[in-house]
Formats: sequence, structure tokens, C-alpha cells
Amino acid sequence: MASSLEQSTVARPVSGEPTMNAADAALPRHPRLRASRWPARLDLLQSLSGLLLALFLIAHMFFVSSILISPQAFHTIARFFEGAAFLAEPRPWIVSCVVGVVMALFMLHAWLALRKFPASFRQYRIFIEHKEQLRHSETGLWWIQLWTGFALFFLASVHLFGMLTQPELIGPYESADRIWTGNMWPIYLLLLFAVEIHGGIGLYRLALKWGWLQGADPLAGRRRLRIARTCFSLFFLGLGLVTLLAYVQLGIAHADRAGERYVPHKASSRLAEHGRPGGLEFALSRRPGE
Amino acid sequence: MSDQRVLTLRVLRSSPGEGLAPHWEDFRVEEAEGMTLFIALNEVRETLAPSLQFDFVCRAGICGSCGMLIDGRPGLACRALTRDLGPVITLAPLPVFELIGDLSVNTGKWMRGTAERLQTWIHAQAEPDLTALEAPMEPALAEAIYELDRCIECGCCVAGCGTLRMREDFVGAVGLNKIARFRLDPRDTRTDEDFYELIGDDSGVFGCMSLLGCHDVCPKGLPLQTQIAFLRRKMASTGL
Repeated sequence: MASSLEQSTVARPVSGEPTMNAADAALPRHPRLRASRWPARLDLLQSLSGLLLALFLIAHMFFVSSILISPQAFHTIARFFEGAAFLAEPRPWIVSCVVGVVMALFMLHAWLALRKFPASFRQYRIFIEHKEQLRHSETGLWWIQLWTGFALFFLASVHLFGMLTQPELIGPYESADRIWTGNMWPIYLLLLFAVEIHGGIGLYRLALKWGWLQGADPLAGRRRLRIARTCFSLFFLGLGLVTLLAYVQLGIAHADRAGERYVPHKASSRLAEHGRPGGLEFALSRRPGE
Repeated sequence: MSDQRVLTLRVLRSSPGEGLAPHWEDFRVEEAEGMTLFIALNEVRETLAPSLQFDFVCRAGICGSCGMLIDGRPGLACRALTRDLGPVITLAPLPVFELIGDLSVNTGKWMRGTAERLQTWIHAQAEPDLTALEAPMEPALAEAIYELDRCIECGCCVAGCGTLRMREDFVGAVGLNKIARFRLDPRDTRTDEDFYELIGDDSGVFGCMSLLGCHDVCPKGLPLQTQIAFLRRKMASTGL
């Protein structure tokens, strides 16, 4: 560290009163006393883990929404992730491994994000007061992100644990039964809103935090990012709701055979016998056990 | 003026020195053409409440003395036109800073503490030769430095920062902007390693939660959003 002009020309303080030189003492000069590099690493890790989770979220939504094409399409994708394309037979533990990695990322991200949460009731109260006083959109967005993140601690954990321990139960009938007969749809509905809102805001704030995609005019760049954030959340919320509805519909139709695994050729012959089990009216007209 | 309004200035009054607890007090003022809050407050002080405390020097948004919460948002009284505000205007002192009384706060003490903590002055290796011509600087660089030097230390960014409100040891945008300014200055020989020592932690640039209140309330329109993002990138690469 270079010695400063002030250091060389201004006398050291004789009393405890702060002077322009007093702060120099706080600046470590010896290499062993240099500031920790961990704050930088943790900040990067928080952003990186959030980015990876958001990318996973996007891919995950497209995979699960393949049910909108057909049960067979979702079945094919689910088996693909079990290695069906390159192994003799599907291995669900491969999915468990992927879920394990996602879970580790999720826990890391949650732990790092906790550093930013209000650490005491006093901080919590001050922030609420500040937010209500300032009426500032970006400050409000952070508060939404905090609460959706808090909700995800529970909602995402339930989902991830289920996928970790029962990867073989990912399939058109299996997932639909879990959602409808297994009464998981309220959790998935809340999870959908929490994760899409959190992810949308998170990606937007990530770009602002690191100064990405701001262009020549940062204010215009922020407006563009805001539009992109709204489109992102609306698109994935819409896609997620339609997808969830499709699973509910299939779950209702399959309720009397809940627990039965999806087997492509059986499903085709059943369809041939009884016609396609589709249409919300048809599904809702049936009751479990009917 | 036929549609002349009568404004109500609702001022959060207090006097810690005299043990006067904070309380709201209303003052009614007739609005005039082009009236600023600074003018309205002077009228209140001249005609209604001689004891009302608030600060001002330049009346032109240069000195940064008249920062206060205007309807909950930090701003300069001398730059706030009453026509842009409602008929009832709430005025409160800026939070974070030491309260002197009513709308007057000691921003100077806080700013000095930040300057000392972040060492916001030129650090040169050699003593300058006072008889020599100063080394020339590219106009674009001089302008970039001047752009950041426009900070008037009014304290609005400090009061608008949710992070700083929660965590009082956070350096705030004013401090980070100063680091960005001295980092640009070729006369300052400090490296990014040296700056990391000053702001490379959670009370420095990594503590910023990118709420952007600082950027959005800055009365001078300083590019705080981009400067903090830039510093974060530099300090992150230094810290890796």
C-alpha cells in the first residue's frame, strides 16, 4: 500500500479524537492481515447458485410441461433422465443424483441468502418502516423476494425430498396421482407462484447487481429488464398453471386406478378400449372410486 | 392566481437537546408561483414558528444542506417544487444521521466518518513537486472523475438505502461512489487490492443488496447503480 500524501504531511493524532489519519490504522498493511477474500467468494457463490437454480427452473418447467403434448411425451422425457437412451434399462437413481445436486445448490443458495435477511426484530421493523415510507419499487421487490424465498425453504424442500427418495415415481400417472390423489396440488400451486416470482425477480436483480445487459443507457436498460422480468414471470406462471391443471385433470381421471404405473403400450390399448381419457368435464365428472 | 392552494406542511418536530419528544406539527402556507419547499419553510419560520430548525446554504441544490424526507422520500427542499406535491406535505428529518432538531441533521459528522473510514483522498507515492506543472489528464477521464465528484453529500442516498437503514455499518452509496471516483484518478496510486481492503466485505460493496434506492433518490442524478455494479465486479475479481 502506498503511503499517502496525508500520511507524510499531517502529524499523527495525539488524542483519541478521529482525524484524517486515524483511519489509516484500520487499513491492514501486512499481507497476513489482509482482508478476507471470502466475502467476495460468498457474494459470487450466491449469485452463481441463484443463476444455476433459475436456469434449472426454466429447463424443469419445459420438461414437466411436456405433459401438455401427451402423457407419452412426458414419460419419454422422464425415462430419458433415468438414462434410458444410453443404458440397457432406466436407472432412477440417476435422477436422485441430479436432485441431490439441485438440493445442494438450493441449500447453499438459501444459506447464503440468509446473510441478507433482517437479523433481528429491530432490523425487520426498520426495514418495514423504510419500505412503507419510501414506496420504492425495487425496495419492494426485494421484500417480495425475501418472502418468496422464505416460502421456498419449505415448499421446495417437500418437492425435492419427494423426488430424491422416489425418483421412479416421476411419470404421467405417477405424478398425476401424487398431485391429485396424494393431495400435493396445493403445495405445487403455492410452490409454482413462489418459485416463478422469486426466480423472475432474482434474475432481474442479478442483472442489476452485476451491471449486466444495461446497455448505453442504464435507465432504459432497467426498463427493458423490468419488462423481461414481468414477461418471464407471467409466461412461466401461465405455463405452470396450465401444466398443473393438466396433471390434476389426469389425476382425477386416474384416481380410481391410483398407484398404477404408466406403461406406454397398456396406456395405448386402454385408450383404444375406452377412448382418450381427456377433457376437464370428463375428468371432473368422475369421483375417486367411481 | 385563482386556484391558489393553501398548503399544509406537516413537520416532524423535535429537539433532543431540550428533551422535546418527536411530534407532528401542522403549518398552513399559501402557495405561490414556483414555490419550493425551501421558500415555504422560510415563510413558516418567519411568520409562524421562529424556532423551526432546518438547514440551507445555497438554495440551488449545490450545497446539499437541505436534505429531508419529503412525503417519506429523501430529497432537497430547495429543489422540491410545491406544485409537484399534494396539499398536505409531510416533512421529517433524514434518518441515520445525528438529529440536531426538527428537520436539521448533522450529515457532516457522518460524512467525515465515512471519508476517514474509506480514506477518500488522493494517495500518492511521492510528495508532489509544488513547483512543477501538474501532469495532463485526458479530458474524457477528467470528465468521468468530475461526474462522480458532483456528489454533494446531501445524505439522500444514505436515507434511501434499505441496507444501510438495517445495517448501520454499511458504507452506503456515497462511500462507494467516492471509492469509484478515486479509483479512476491516475494521481491516486492505490490498486484494487488496496481498495478491497476498504470495501471488500459485507459492510462494503458486498453488503449492497442492489435495492437502488440510492440511485433513484439521488438529487444530482449520479450513476450510482452502474458505479456500484462496476465496483462489485472489480472487487469480486480481486477477491477471487
